[in-house]
Amino acid sequence: MTTLSGNDTASGIPRTRFGRAYLAYAVEPWLYLSPAILLLIFVMLIPLGIGISYSVQSINLLRPFETGYVGLENFEALGEDARFWTALVNTFWWTFGSVTLQFFLGLGLALLLSRPFHGKRIVQALVFLPWAVPTFLIALTFSWLLNPVIGPLPHWGAAVGLLEEPYNILSDPGTAMWGPILANVWYGVPFFAITLLAALQSIPGELYEAAEIDGASAWQCFTKITLPFLGPMIAITIMLRAIWIANFADLIYVMTGGGPANSTQILSSYIFTTAFRRLDFGYASAIAVALLGVLLVYAVILLFVRARLVKF
Amino acid sequence: MAEMELRDVRKSYGGTEVLRNIDLRIGDGEFVVLVGPSGCGKSTLLRMIAGLESITGGALLIDGAEMTDVPPRARDIAMVFQSYALYPHMSVARNMGFSMEIRRRPETERRGPVDAAARTLGLGSFLDRLPRALSGGQRQRVAMGRAIVRDPKAFLFDEPLSNLDAALRAEMRLEIARLHQRLGTTMVYVTHDQVEAMTLADRIVVLNGGDIQQVGTPIELYERPANRFVATFIGSPTMNVLEVAPSRDGLRLADGTPLPGPGTARHIGIRPEHIALAKPGEGIAATVEVIERLGSDSNVHCEIPGVGPILARIRGNPDIRPGASVGLVPEKDHLHYFDASGTALPGMAM
Amino acid sequence: MAALRRTPPLAVVGTYLAILAYVAFALFPLYWLLKIALTPERLIYSDGTALWPSALTLENFRAVLFATDFLAYFRNSVIVSLGTAAATALIAAAAGYAFSRFAFRGKRLVIALMLVTQMFPLLMIIAPIYKIVAALGLLNSLTSLIIVYTAFNIPFATFLMQSFFDGIPKDLEEAAMMDGCTRLQALRKVILPLTLPGLGATLGFVFTAAWSELFFALMLIRSDDTMTFPVGLLSFVSKFSVDWGQMMAAGVLALVPSCLFFAFIQRYLVQGLTSGAVKG
Ligand SMILES: Nc1ncnc2c1ncn2[C@@H]1O[C@H](COP(=O)(O)OP(=O)(O)O)[C@@H](O)[C@H]1O
Ligand SMILES: [Mg+2]
Repeated sequence: MTTLSGNDTASGIPRTRFGRAYLAYAVEPWLYLSPAILLLIFVMLIPLGIGISYSVQSINLLRPFETGYVGLENFEALGEDARFWTALVNTFWWTFGSVTLQFFLGLGLALLLSRPFHGKRIVQALVFLPWAVPTFLIALTFSWLLNPVIGPLPHWGAAVGLLEEPYNILSDPGTAMWGPILANVWYGVPFFAITLLAALQSIPGELYEAAEIDGASAWQCFTKITLPFLGPMIAITIMLRAIWIANFADLIYVMTGGGPANSTQILSSYIFTTAFRRLDFGYASAIAVALLGVLLVYAVILLFVRARLVKF
Repeated sequence: MAEMELRDVRKSYGGTEVLRNIDLRIGDGEFVVLVGPSGCGKSTLLRMIAGLESITGGALLIDGAEMTDVPPRARDIAMVFQSYALYPHMSVARNMGFSMEIRRRPETERRGPVDAAARTLGLGSFLDRLPRALSGGQRQRVAMGRAIVRDPKAFLFDEPLSNLDAALRAEMRLEIARLHQRLGTTMVYVTHDQVEAMTLADRIVVLNGGDIQQVGTPIELYERPANRFVATFIGSPTMNVLEVAPSRDGLRLADGTPLPGPGTARHIGIRPEHIALAKPGEGIAATVEVIERLGSDSNVHCEIPGVGPILARIRGNPDIRPGASVGLVPEKDHLHYFDASGTALPGMAM
Repeated sequence: MAALRRTPPLAVVGTYLAILAYVAFALFPLYWLLKIALTPERLIYSDGTALWPSALTLENFRAVLFATDFLAYFRNSVIVSLGTAAATALIAAAAGYAFSRFAFRGKRLVIALMLVTQMFPLLMIIAPIYKIVAALGLLNSLTSLIIVYTAFNIPFATFLMQSFFDGIPKDLEEAAMMDGCTRLQALRKVILPLTLPGLGATLGFVFTAAWSELFFALMLIRSDDTMTFPVGLLSFVSKFSVDWGQMMAAGVLALVPSCLFFAFIQRYLVQGLTSGAVKG
């Protein structure tokens, strides 16, 4: 802090940028940032480095005497691990299915909420509520809803002909992934609705008024003004959200644990089960590094797309 | 009471230099106005005096003491911000008395100065309100009141009137002039409005692009601008500047009209109020394009064929129409001459 | 947008129906949770999938609260979430202030560092964190959870706090300094009172995030007396997988603090989600 008094600097010597005030000014922000930076370094970055180093070691808490450097052995095992490849494919479907549904439902909600109507405040509070529900609770609630003993969804599914009989889709490898996706859509629609609503409200209203005067229909307004305006922001939000969802394993872990028969295992839930159940930290880290690699490739594509879009 | 001295003060942000070689002495009790176009570095200079901005090079002395490393709170200077910067969560009274609150003066001691300042500024009935319940003009007064209560060695103003409408601006300008007369405190005032500068200043400092162009009293700047920039910046309407070429016995305009003057001049300047209208055939031949009648004066916009537009300001209401041919007669001893670099040259009359 | 005024009545009805559908979609799962929690145990199978329960009871809540360890889980979760929220808000306020008010060398680097920590899969560090926490002898301690959660939430909370500080004109602080304040005094007397809502919103967001974190809690906490709510509820589910009413009553209890904080941060959702960008 600058606690200098007037007398000790009254020398009349011209000060340069290395004066005390300058130093204090240069040091001050680092003072405020240091707790955050230290915590991030010690709790996230150093463990990240350690985690990457684990991927070339054998570290299994169940076999403490086989610890040591093993080179690329974990990655070779990964190549032959059918579960890994299934999980990779599942990660794609999980992310793609969730993001697509979340986005379109979120866009619809945002468009509805962008107009004034009676009771809008309360409606807004109610439809955004799922965002605040703890994810483990969402997972439990949806597995209960899908349970024919206690939940209505299988019965409704059978009534409208989606299911032949009211059974639990979570126990069928062919349909199980829809369970977590459904829960994820319920949870994620508010996120897209809120971000898109904020973006919609950033479009100047005069644009629509001008278009209306020019005789544009509601649909034309949407395709000629709304979409071009929001396009770049939408693309970037979707792509960032996809990364988040690819990493998001809570729902799957609680609802299915990756089963049945690995049909819902995604890479991040596979990392957790490997670390938590099998206590095989080396192998879990190898999966994690592979996931990181996939995400990096994706991020590079994202940056490229972003660079193209931001020109507008 | 304070004297200030800036010695070769410089300021740069990263690599870009925004102020250069600023040398300036401000006398005790003086009212100095920093004026210049937007972005020329006025606010930066003022904020360096306040201590809100570090000084890249050179020295700032207040009453002989080096200030470069002294924090704002120890400089005993008050500042009125363009945005007013009133504390939104404090009442008018608390806003005005905040500097005393910080100095731990008891509540009872604070009331006197706050009430006195409120009375002079006509804020007596608003003391309990929050700033958001005030009009723009009232907020401006609270900002001034806060500075007055502070009872500082010097006042700094950064475009304090630019958010007010024209009528209020004229009123507050007068208020500030009165304040200066009453308190006699040193004041440094930043504006981009040359009318404010002319009416308020003891001395004006004209800045452009980070350099001081000229320092002088309003009349000095009006009568003897040091260069083309100052000549066209000071005075309203703006001085006419016409290109000239040297000729055998002086200068001539592009249409051939001969004019007296030094051969190195490349431009001449003449203020609109120093041009008289004459019959066609006398003076410089021109065509009237538009006449703005202001009542007391008329602005006659003319075109000199082959030279360009020129403005004459005539007293009263001359009986001419757009399209008429007229002769323009500049007052010879009010001609200004500028060389190729824009620097003013001594003319015939000087 | 005045479009609704001149749209045909059918479209208006359609709009309201669509809104109604969204509201129903959002509320139905929570309604179901509450419904089963309030259904007496003997009626669960007969009433199972009926829309309304034929009788109501608070017995499930009583049982959960007084016959199980849920009060302890609840208390642990409150400690962890409040501790995390307080620590994060404090640290993020300082960092957000630095971002908002200073231009300094290395700023972009620090921002990049914060963004990186938001992008990589958090599960990557679960094994190293486990080993470090174990080596420090902090397994099964709430403190280790608070520290880890605080680090996770700092980047997001910092950007959020920065956006709140950005909303307070710099002039105000400078005016305070001209009025004789040190920077700390200016912070305390001028900036802090104005940023209280922002601080509150940050507390709310972080509390909500910490309240629902599952994996690190599962990994780092294995003893019954330090379990947080999610861990406790999951172990409860696997132990008593037939007592539907009690499980759902426990679920409703887990929902309560989230809903309270949600009501509190509702106004700031847009700011929170747009400045967080990647945070859910
Ligand atoms: N924090 C800053 N960083 C970089 N450049 C700045 C900063 N503040 C001001 N400048 C630049 O310094 C110049 C002078 O600014 P200022 O003093 O605000 O001008 P004005 O005369 O309009 O008050 C401008 O060109 C501006 O862009
Ligand atoms: Mg300025």
